[in-house]
Amino acid sequence: MAEVATEGRWKDVDRLLSRHGNLVSAEFDPRPNLREDIGEYVKVLVVGAGGLGCELLKDLALSGFKNIDVIDMDTIEVSNLNRQFLFRLQDVGKSKAEVAAKRVMERVSGVNIVPHFGRIEDKELDFYSNFDIIVLGLDSIEARSYINSVACGFLEYDADDNALLETVKPMVDGGTEGFKGHARVIMPGTTPCFECNIWLFPPQVKFPLCTLAETPRTPAHCIEYAHLIKWDEAHSGKAFDADNPDHMLWVYKEALKRAELFGISGVTYSLTQGVVKNIIPAIASTNAIVSAACALEALKIVSGCSKTLSNYMTYNGQEGTHIKVTDFFRETDCLVCGPGTLIEIEPSVTLAEFIEKLEKHPDVLMSKASVTHRGNNLYMQAPPVLEEMTRSNLNLALYDLLGKVAKDTVHVSGMTEKNGKRSSSLRKLRVSFKGVSAGPTDMDTR
Amino acid sequence: MINLFKIKGQKREEAANAAGRTVKKQSPGELRLQKDISELNLPNTTKISFPNGKDDLMSFEISIKPDEGYYLGGTFIFTFQISPSYPHEPPKVKCKTKLYHPNIDLEGNVCLNILREDWKPVLNINTVIYGLNLLFSQPNDEDPLNHEAAAVLRDNPRLFETNVKRAMSGGYVGQVHFPRCM
Repeated sequence: MAEVATEGRWKDVDRLLSRHGNLVSAEFDPRPNLREDIGEYVKVLVVGAGGLGCELLKDLALSGFKNIDVIDMDTIEVSNLNRQFLFRLQDVGKSKAEVAAKRVMERVSGVNIVPHFGRIEDKELDFYSNFDIIVLGLDSIEARSYINSVACGFLEYDADDNALLETVKPMVDGGTEGFKGHARVIMPGTTPCFECNIWLFPPQVKFPLCTLAETPRTPAHCIEYAHLIKWDEAHSGKAFDADNPDHMLWVYKEALKRAELFGISGVTYSLTQGVVKNIIPAIASTNAIVSAACALEALKIVSGCSKTLSNYMTYNGQEGTHIKVTDFFRETDCLVCGPGTLIEIEPSVTLAEFIEKLEKHPDVLMSKASVTHRGNNLYMQAPPVLEEMTRSNLNLALYDLLGKVAKDTVHVSGMTEKNGKRSSSLRKLRVSFKGVSAGPTDMDTR
Repeated sequence: MINLFKIKGQKREEAANAAGRTVKKQSPGELRLQKDISELNLPNTTKISFPNGKDDLMSFEISIKPDEGYYLGGTFIFTFQISPSYPHEPPKVKCKTKLYHPNIDLEGNVCLNILREDWKPVLNINTVIYGLNLLFSQPNDEDPLNHEAAAVLRDNPRLFETNVKRAMSGGYVGQVHFPRCM
């Protein structure tokens, strides 16, 4: 494909990167080859190659990023073509990540985009630790929560509970829904992480099963009846697959029958898809606006050429355009990005002794603690069946149970007392073993 | 802002550090579930089991043996499936025992408000188990999933009692056969 003339293409980005200003960060070092350095040294990961992903790849490539990876587990569908502009009709069925990477590389010379066709959960932690910044164009809470816990998992703290700068993995998270969208900057250890503010999300709409079964009143009730109740009755054993058009069609027809029975109008195929898959129609301009904000934040974070968004921008284009930036605070005891409490003990301390120590430790004061380490339940106080299964760990040294590392994170849950009131709590603890030196980096410098 | 010239040197260190840490981390949902499980206060009627061992708490089973009411003598098994978004999403609970009950249908769907529209993240596994126990001590005929059973409970409680006993013993109620569960 013919290359678009690049003369003048980088003019605006270079202007931004080569001149001082009033909003620049303290470490900003403006120079004519800053864009080239960004292109050479910075590795960015784009998660998602759909509505936001396509825009992000274009924006980042045109902002000077040259080492971009993109990951997406989906293939291209016809309904994507109104806004995922890197795709054409002949691409339907192919991997979004692969086609998107190819198209952007054809239009922007020098950029190298490595596509990954697969699930984010299937990648090793090494993969993610490679990147200097991660930009998210995701469409679910679960996926965001996962990436957030991976990125914040790299975060380490010093003895004074300050985040160690080299372990901070910045993220820029974008999301859209119809005419609304958001862009936020997550600097683990400084700004709130995704879990800190997860309470902002409203609860999902769920109808009572008995309403669906007895007294439907809306088209959504009829659709959910067909989806949740009738499907199992007619196809017992077979799981409903929302991405299978035959399954969706079956649900639509059943919903229509039920609606007719109760005199309810409004059941359409697209409403069926919307209710079953929780889809809201996507609008190209919202995606473009949110991605542009995200790409700009990525450029700012990497170069320091301007103050970054602090820290959550919302956009609403329903009537006119409205943008607001809110500066949210971190949760000090966030289980994902918080420092937790530092506990220093001898390597000979057993799990039983550790649990006892927690009762008296001034920053913990937790009685009857259950201890879990990276998904392994070391000791559970209840129920009886789990207590029996984990009892044998009590006499083992905690150092051995944690895999003989100098320090690691555990989580404990139990009863604590505050202002005379007893309540249950879940705490993150950074366990550090006295006299044990920290891993491979020590050996490197000798 | 990232110090670009530190980045190249950093990468070697990071690779060395990360190499030892390819173990999957626990999601916040799993942590919260672990807390709920460690604080379980099971009534005498209820037992819990973990078919996937002590380290996978996301799917487990409970069995309820009601000690009073219509369902005295029966044993009913429920499966719990916890999603990674717990506690923002309620646990998915299904009844594995086929039974004659106004609020539990023949496919095992359970009509309990806190499992759907009334779920709040502040609730926990204890409350769900308590709710399930209530279904056996206080079955109700309003907004039912099993219309016939509800109608019988409302109009003819004696017949309802007989039907429940017959179903639990492994007999027919109407055209439907129930496996024995007592």
